[in-house]
Amino acid sequence: MNARPGLWLIVSRSLRQHALSTGITALSVAMAAGLVMAVFAIKSQTYDAFTGGSNGFDAVLGARGSQLQLVLNTVFHLETSPGNLPWSMYEAISKDDGVALAVPYAVGDNYQGYRIVGTTPELFEKFPGERGIRVQAGGRFFTADAREAVVGSVVAQRTGLTTGATVNPYHGLIFDEAKRHQDEYTVVGVLEATNSPLDRVVWIPIEGVYRMSGHVLRGTGKNFRPEDGESIPEEHREVSAVMLKLKDPQAGIYLDQTINRQGTRATLAWPIGRSMADLFDKIGWVNRVLELVAYLVVLVAAGTILASLYNTMNERRREFAILRSLGARKGIVFSAIVAEATAIAALGALIGYVVYAGILALAFVIVRAQTGVVLDVFKMDPVLWLTPIGMVVVGALAGLVPAFKAYRTDVASNLVPAS
Amino acid sequence: MTEAPAGLALRIEHLKKSFRAPDGEHTAVIDVPAFELRHGEQVALRGSSGSGKTTLLNLVAGILDADAGKVWVDGRDMAALSESGRDAWRARTIGYVFQTFNLLQGYTALENVMLGMMFGRGADKAHATALLDRVGLSTRLSHRPRQLSVGQQQRVAVARALANAPKLVLADEPTGNLDPRHGSEALELIRTVCREQGAALLLVSHDPAILARFDRVDDLAVVNRAADMAPVAPPLAGVV
Repeated sequence: MNARPGLWLIVSRSLRQHALSTGITALSVAMAAGLVMAVFAIKSQTYDAFTGGSNGFDAVLGARGSQLQLVLNTVFHLETSPGNLPWSMYEAISKDDGVALAVPYAVGDNYQGYRIVGTTPELFEKFPGERGIRVQAGGRFFTADAREAVVGSVVAQRTGLTTGATVNPYHGLIFDEAKRHQDEYTVVGVLEATNSPLDRVVWIPIEGVYRMSGHVLRGTGKNFRPEDGESIPEEHREVSAVMLKLKDPQAGIYLDQTINRQGTRATLAWPIGRSMADLFDKIGWVNRVLELVAYLVVLVAAGTILASLYNTMNERRREFAILRSLGARKGIVFSAIVAEATAIAALGALIGYVVYAGILALAFVIVRAQTGVVLDVFKMDPVLWLTPIGMVVVGALAGLVPAFKAYRTDVASNLVPAS
Repeated sequence: MTEAPAGLALRIEHLKKSFRAPDGEHTAVIDVPAFELRHGEQVALRGSSGSGKTTLLNLVAGILDADAGKVWVDGRDMAALSESGRDAWRARTIGYVFQTFNLLQGYTALENVMLGMMFGRGADKAHATALLDRVGLSTRLSHRPRQLSVGQQQRVAVARALANAPKLVLADEPTGNLDPRHGSEALELIRTVCREQGAALLLVSHDPAILARFDRVDDLAVVNRAADMAPVAPPLAGVV
């Protein structure tokens, strides 16, 4: 006797007969599966994106203070600057034997809320990221002594800036129309998308930051305002931070030792990813809360499967009795209910991928808009196959209670009226 | 006698069954000292309401456990089998036609017939189709029970009961829900198909017109010594 085709027939017909409750229950499972996959995948992808989003640089040198603040401000263009460094320190670190590339950043202005960063052309010419950095067709990088700007792809997309357009910086890191600088910069290039925080920046020559109308240089402790054509003495120059590409990890250990442990003037964030990893560790409880919520939703979904099947058991007693009278063993009836619960869970888990894709798409848009960081939505995370399997197992377990009730159905009393 | 002689589709020996009433008293429902049915034989049991007809058929089918006694179906002692063994034996050797047809509503006529086969000798779509054709429903294979007349539903039930080529067909008031003309046709169909397949038929009814069609009619009041004490309605499940 081969009862398997019978089992499938019983399950498929029951799912069809109870299509509405099957659909609603599968949707609740889909929500649970999608939520679990999204919580774990977004956690994993944001971790990867934020701890690996340094575009090829190894370390950041900044004012004495928090490494995390330094990284957030310099690499992710979030947060405020922890302070400035004298130009001489930039000169010194750029000449260090262990440093392959040192690129100064000077911040303090914005354009419609997007950060303006003053830097040197070396950033573009020697960009250490794997994929390099390029301007879109028809554009070029700025020259060091011109009032020219290069805009990131997100900035161009959101503000409509194109090559040839002009921008007036606004003072401060938060957009305030009343704080408009009179200086005008011509956009000479739009960067191709790097899928990194670089896309949310307006880049200008660092000289432009020093000469911006209204800016006061306080490098020596005294106020200094350069006149047009007047060269700026080094002692008046400051940088917000220096992005560093090191020759080898030993250089990082050495600089960490000399700057962070023995020095008192500056902070070195090295490796860059470690600071972000520390941040994720500190906010790990948030993830645990989200995971707990996701697990609770799974429990609710399991309860929904159990309730939806259990509620049909009374109306299906006659069906079970008929099946038994036809020779179906108790085990087949039991298996049919467990299989039905499993099928609902499997269907829900499949639909869960749609829910997952929706949540991830939303997270992709939000994270990119807020930070410029792009999540790798196509990354294959183990949670994407573990969750559906887990949901199917949970579904099967939820089917045990109604299955046991079906198993215990008395055949004779549910078959026919009394004679 | 402890062994069933060859040639018997059914033998009952000292079969007893009682149910516990709500007041706790045990009421004997079945007390059949002996009963036999030869292979291919067709027997009608005359029984009024409350005579224990359905209980007796359920005991024969192995759906109910007896308190005492033995039932051999096609030579196999049903009491000696495990519950799942009884299920398997029932699927292979017994066809059951109910007064209320007991078709599964979510299934087509063809699926209803095939489902019975799946637990017995294995699904055979061609055989199921041929059986439905034999009972005149070749154009109703994909119809669900609600889309069929009561007469057609009973014919599906007959086809299902015979799908596993059973040795014994039990029919519990099979014409009870049919009008006289359809009842007569259904009875003739059951008897003819059983004869064609060599299956023994044990039919219970209280309808004189039905009983008159059988050569052998046994009175359940005689066969079942507890008939006059049987309750009108069977007790609730699980109180046995």
